[in-house]
Amino acid sequence: MAEVFLEKVNKIYDNKVHVIKDVTLDVKDREFLVLVGPSGCGKSTLLRMIAGLEDVTSGKIYIDGRVVNDLPPKDRDIAMVFQNYALYPHMTVYENMAFGLKVRKFPKDEIDRRVREAAQTLGLTEYLDHKPRQLSGGQRQRVALGRAIVRHPKVFLFDEPLSNLDAKLRVHMRTEISKLHHRLQTTMIYVTHDQVEAMTMGDRIAVLRDGIIQQHDTPLKLYNDPENLFVAGFIGSPSMNFIRGTAQENTIKFGEITLNIPGRVPRQDVIIGIRPEHFVIDPEKPHFAAHIEVVEPMGNEIFLYFTLAGEQVVARVPATHNVRVGDRVPFRIVVEQIKLFDPDTEKRIRF
Amino acid sequence: MRYDSLMRRKDSPIKLALIYAFLIVFTLATLYPVSRVITISLRPGDRLLSTSLAIIPEGATLESYRKLLTDGRFLRWMFNSLVVSGTVTVTGVVLASMAGYIFSKYNFVGKKFGLIALLTTQMFPATMLLLPMYIMIAKLGLINSYLGLIIIYSATALPFCIWQMKGYYDTIPNSLHEAAIIDGCSHFQAFYKVILPLAAPALVITALFSFMSAWSEYIVAAQVLQDPEMFTLPLGLKQFQSNMATEWGLYAAGSVIVSVPVVILFIILSRWLVSGLTLGSVKE
Repeated sequence: MAEVFLEKVNKIYDNKVHVIKDVTLDVKDREFLVLVGPSGCGKSTLLRMIAGLEDVTSGKIYIDGRVVNDLPPKDRDIAMVFQNYALYPHMTVYENMAFGLKVRKFPKDEIDRRVREAAQTLGLTEYLDHKPRQLSGGQRQRVALGRAIVRHPKVFLFDEPLSNLDAKLRVHMRTEISKLHHRLQTTMIYVTHDQVEAMTMGDRIAVLRDGIIQQHDTPLKLYNDPENLFVAGFIGSPSMNFIRGTAQENTIKFGEITLNIPGRVPRQDVIIGIRPEHFVIDPEKPHFAAHIEVVEPMGNEIFLYFTLAGEQVVARVPATHNVRVGDRVPFRIVVEQIKLFDPDTEKRIRF
Repeated sequence: MRYDSLMRRKDSPIKLALIYAFLIVFTLATLYPVSRVITISLRPGDRLLSTSLAIIPEGATLESYRKLLTDGRFLRWMFNSLVVSGTVTVTGVVLASMAGYIFSKYNFVGKKFGLIALLTTQMFPATMLLLPMYIMIAKLGLINSYLGLIIIYSATALPFCIWQMKGYYDTIPNSLHEAAIIDGCSHFQAFYKVILPLAAPALVITALFSFMSAWSEYIVAAQVLQDPEMFTLPLGLKQFQSNMATEWGLYAAGSVIVSVPVVILFIILSRWLVSGLTLGSVKE
C-alpha cells in the first residue's frame, strides 16, 4: 500500500540527451497507472528510475512518502516484471519465485507458503519443478508475475510485460493482470506502447511524449477530452481523423463543408479532429456524401475509408449497413463531438 | 552436430571424397608424430635408434614409464607443474570472471582504453616480453620461485581470458542482473548467484586456456627457474637431453605422461568448449 510521487524529475544522459523533462506525476495508493507513449518517449526510463535502476538527474521520487532517490532498488520495496521475463534460467520455477525471499532471509516455511500460494493463484502449481526453458511464453510471464507477487511489495512495476506474447495470449494476460490488481489491491505502474492495453487496464493513464507528460487522466477523459493533438491521435483505434480547416465565430470550414458549432472561436486556422464513430450514415440530414474507397468489415462494425477535404479519413459504422467499395454514402458529422486544435501549438481550442 | 551437417549436405561424391581425403591427410599428419613418441616410449633400451616403423615395437616394454614414475625428480617436476598450473588456473578464472563482468556490464572512465590495452598486450610475441618480465621478476626477488612464474603466466593469460569472459557476459541480458538487484541482491550477490552459474561454459574455457598455457610453457620457465628441484615438466624433460647421450626412452615416456592430464581435461571439458566458443557469436 503506497503512493508514488514524482516531483519535477529529470533525466539527462552524459550531460547531453535530455530524456525525461520535468515530469511531475502522482500515483495514488492502490491505483493502476499506465505510462503510455510511442517508443523512445522515455516511459521505460521513467519506470527504471522509479525502480532505482537509473539515477535521477534532478527532482525527487517519493514512495510511500519517503524520498527514494538514493536508495538502492532492494530497499525501495518494489517488484518489477520485465519485458523479456528475466527469469533465472538455471533455477526451477519454484527457485525463481523463492529467490527474492531467500536473499532477504525469510524463514523456509514462510517462503514455501508464499510460493505455493502464488503458484496457485497463477496456475503454476504443476510446473514448480520445471526450468523456464520448458515453459511457454505465457507461463514464463506468469512466473515473472509470481516472482513479483511473493514479495508482497508496496509497488509493482511492469515494463511492457506483454509485448513478447502473441495477440491472443496478450489479451488473456491483460485480464489476468487486471484481476491480480483487484485481488492484491497494490499500487501498480505499467509501461506500454499499446494504447489498447493502456485504455483497458489503467485506472489512470499518463501519456508521455519526448520525455514530457502530455496528459494524465482517466482513460475515458483522455479519449473524450484530449488536451492536445498528440493525445487525441494516440488514444483510440482507429485514430482520430484530422482535417485542416478554418474557424470563425461559431462556424468551421473545411473543403466545401461549413458546420455550425455550439460555441465561439476566434477567427483562425484550425485542425479539426473527428473520431471515426462521429461520422454517422444519415440519408436524412447529411453534411456531405463520400465515395467509399476501402471497406474493412470487423464483424460487429465496419471501417469505411474515404477522402474528405483532401485528407484520408475513416468512419466506424455499425455492421448493419451494407456498404461496398465505390458506393456514395451520405454522412452526418456529430458536431458536438468535434475537437479543434491549434495547428502551431497543437493545443486544444475549446469552444 | 558438425558431423550431421556434413552428412546432410548434398555435395557431389567427388567433392565429398576430396573433403574426406583432406581431413584424413591432416589427421594422419597430426597423429604421426604422436604415434612415433608413443612407439619410442615403449622401446626397450637397446633399440632406441631402430628405424622400424611398427607402432608397437618388437619387445615393447613399459620400462621407461616405470623408471620415470619411480624417479623422484620426475614426480617432483610433475608436482611443481601442478602447483603452478593449478594456481594460474584458479587465478585466471577468479580474476577474469570478475574483470570480464565489469567490462561487460558497467560503464566507467577508461573502460574502452582498458579493453584496448588488454588486447594490445596480446599483440607482442612472448619472446619479446621475456626480457622485461625477467627484469621485473628479478627486481621483485622472485627468480626461481613458483610465485614469479605464476605472476608471469597469469599476466599473459589474463587478457585473453578477460576478453573471453566479457564476450560471453555480453550475451547474457542485463535484465537478469537487474531482476536479481530488485529481488534484493547486492551487485556482487547478483553476480555470483545469478550470472556466474550461467557463465559456466565460458568459465570452463577460461580454466582450460589458463591451465594449458601454463602446463606446456617452456621458454619463460627456463628463464625464471634455475634450481632443478623447482623445474616444471617441460623443463624437466629437457634434462633427459644431456651433452653425452639423450635418454630418448625416458624423454618420450615423459612427453606422453605430460600430455595425459591435458588430454583428460580436454575430453572432460570439450562438451562445453565447443558450445562455449560458438555461444559468444549469436545473441539469443
